[in-house]
Amino acid sequence: MQKPLLAGRLILYSACILIALAMLFPYFWMLTTSLKTTREIFAVDGSMLPAQLYWENYAKAFRAAPWDRFFQNSVIVASIVTVGQVLFSSMGGYAFGRLSFPWKNGLFLLLLAGIMVPAEVTLIPVFLIVKNFPLFGGNDWLGQGGTGMLNTYSALIVPKIAGVFGLFLLRQFFMTLPKELEESARIDGCGELRIFRSVMLPLVKPAAATLAIFTFTSIWDEFFWPLVVISERSMMTVQLGLSVFKGVEGSIEWGPLMAATVMVSLPVIVVFLFAQKYFVEGVATTGIKG
Amino acid sequence: MNAKAPGGLWKRQRRKQTAVAYFLISPTLLIFLIFTLAPVVFALYMSFTNYNILSHKDWIGLDNYRRLASDDDFANAVRVTLQYTLEVVPLNLAISLGLALLINMKIRGLAFFRSAYYMPVVTSMIAVSMVWLWLYDPTYGLFNKLLSSIGLPEQTWLKDPGLALHAMVLLKVWKGVGANMVIFLAGLQGIPKELYEAASLDGASSLRKLWSVTIPLLRPTTFFVIIMTTIGTMQSFGEVYAMTGGGPIGSTTNLVYLIYTRAFERMEMGYASAIATVLFALILLLTVINMTLVRGKADEAA
Repeated sequence: MQKPLLAGRLILYSACILIALAMLFPYFWMLTTSLKTTREIFAVDGSMLPAQLYWENYAKAFRAAPWDRFFQNSVIVASIVTVGQVLFSSMGGYAFGRLSFPWKNGLFLLLLAGIMVPAEVTLIPVFLIVKNFPLFGGNDWLGQGGTGMLNTYSALIVPKIAGVFGLFLLRQFFMTLPKELEESARIDGCGELRIFRSVMLPLVKPAAATLAIFTFTSIWDEFFWPLVVISERSMMTVQLGLSVFKGVEGSIEWGPLMAATVMVSLPVIVVFLFAQKYFVEGVATTGIKG
Repeated sequence: MNAKAPGGLWKRQRRKQTAVAYFLISPTLLIFLIFTLAPVVFALYMSFTNYNILSHKDWIGLDNYRRLASDDDFANAVRVTLQYTLEVVPLNLAISLGLALLINMKIRGLAFFRSAYYMPVVTSMIAVSMVWLWLYDPTYGLFNKLLSSIGLPEQTWLKDPGLALHAMVLLKVWKGVGANMVIFLAGLQGIPKELYEAASLDGASSLRKLWSVTIPLLRPTTFFVIIMTTIGTMQSFGEVYAMTGGGPIGSTTNLVYLIYTRAFERMEMGYASAIATVLFALILLLTVINMTLVRGKADEAA
């Protein structure tokens, strides 16, 4: 390929920068609004930037809703789900990637078919299963009499604690490892579980990191499922908290709302900026979207 | 001993491996059975009942489906879902491919541009909806300020039944192009350099190379992107819930939002399950149509 002309390069970079500005503009607008006084926000010919940084919107947001509690809930739920997903997906991915056992292919196809089922299709039954889960939330062993997992962490954690996507991702990774690894360990008399724990698990770290970051951010960003199973304010996650905090149309206080939006999106953006390599790899290999 | 293990030992080892394998897959399998497989069967069953949590759970045969046929809200939701998808998918496809081609031109600062374009993908739909709700605000929103500053009439955006869905398309495309761009980038990097070199030797122009080398070789990627974006768009919920609540006058009520309101506001779980079953069928149908169209074109090219 010949070297493009200077003019061509200039157009290329201008295009890239203009698009970047357009993509980032809503973030800029969110941040500056969160730092403006109400008068600045509603000014007809207002400036793009606040005259001075007005942090009061953040304080107002904190006074109006239990944000510390929302954050605590989200951190607990997302962390536990992430640990579970990484552990169970490593286990299952190893079994499907490297062991042979009866019904292996049939089971794998069944799991893969499950990926095709949209969450909306199973939403109502899963809600009823969670609500009628035996021995939870005052339910008897038949799942009657109480509220089951509704309005508890269990509702947010248990259905998500293991998943086929993660298993598939780690299976692909395990399949790339050389076969000699476990053969020599087997000859040395290592048990199968020992081989998994001591030989294979340490090698899976890069793929596990990708899965961990993906799981954490997608649970953090999740909205539909928490909306359905959580109605008590003290159990809400940040996304649910944000949608409640918005309030009714017509009386929205944009300053505090944008402050809350900044707080809710910042953790994921920070994770993304520090670990982008994993996001990009994850999307490219599995096509899962955040 | 390592060369020829006696048959008994081999068998024992196999049995042990089977036991270990089943132990390892059991957590994922258990969660899958309880929270995916059983619910699929259960959802289908429920669509033939009048289940409403409180008083009824009678088998009513095809009544729910008959009711769908004459339900204007359902017809409207199908129309909204299809229109949203038909607007979002081509726009997203064209822009994400354009972005991938753009930043694949060996530019400096690739990491910066890629992050900038990808950032909306990792931001939650609820957070994004709040910001766009503010941008679209009819009285103080920035979009109206921009319109009036260049002398165009202001719009009511999300309050306008004729405009609300299109306004949401803009947000959806902005939020989604980064993900597809990354997938296209991976596809572009998989095209062998030799093909471009050969095309250059034949005197092909850049545009010609794009048309005759890049686009055909990206077909598998494109196929994947179209299907994933179609399925994802048909399942939209967060932006509808947070920005319009399905309104004004139902103009943004898609199938998923209709399922939500019927199941969890009116508690008509049986009827909502019938809508969910139709949505599932619709998604499968569009996937199959996509697949045959793309396959057909691939065969033509071959």
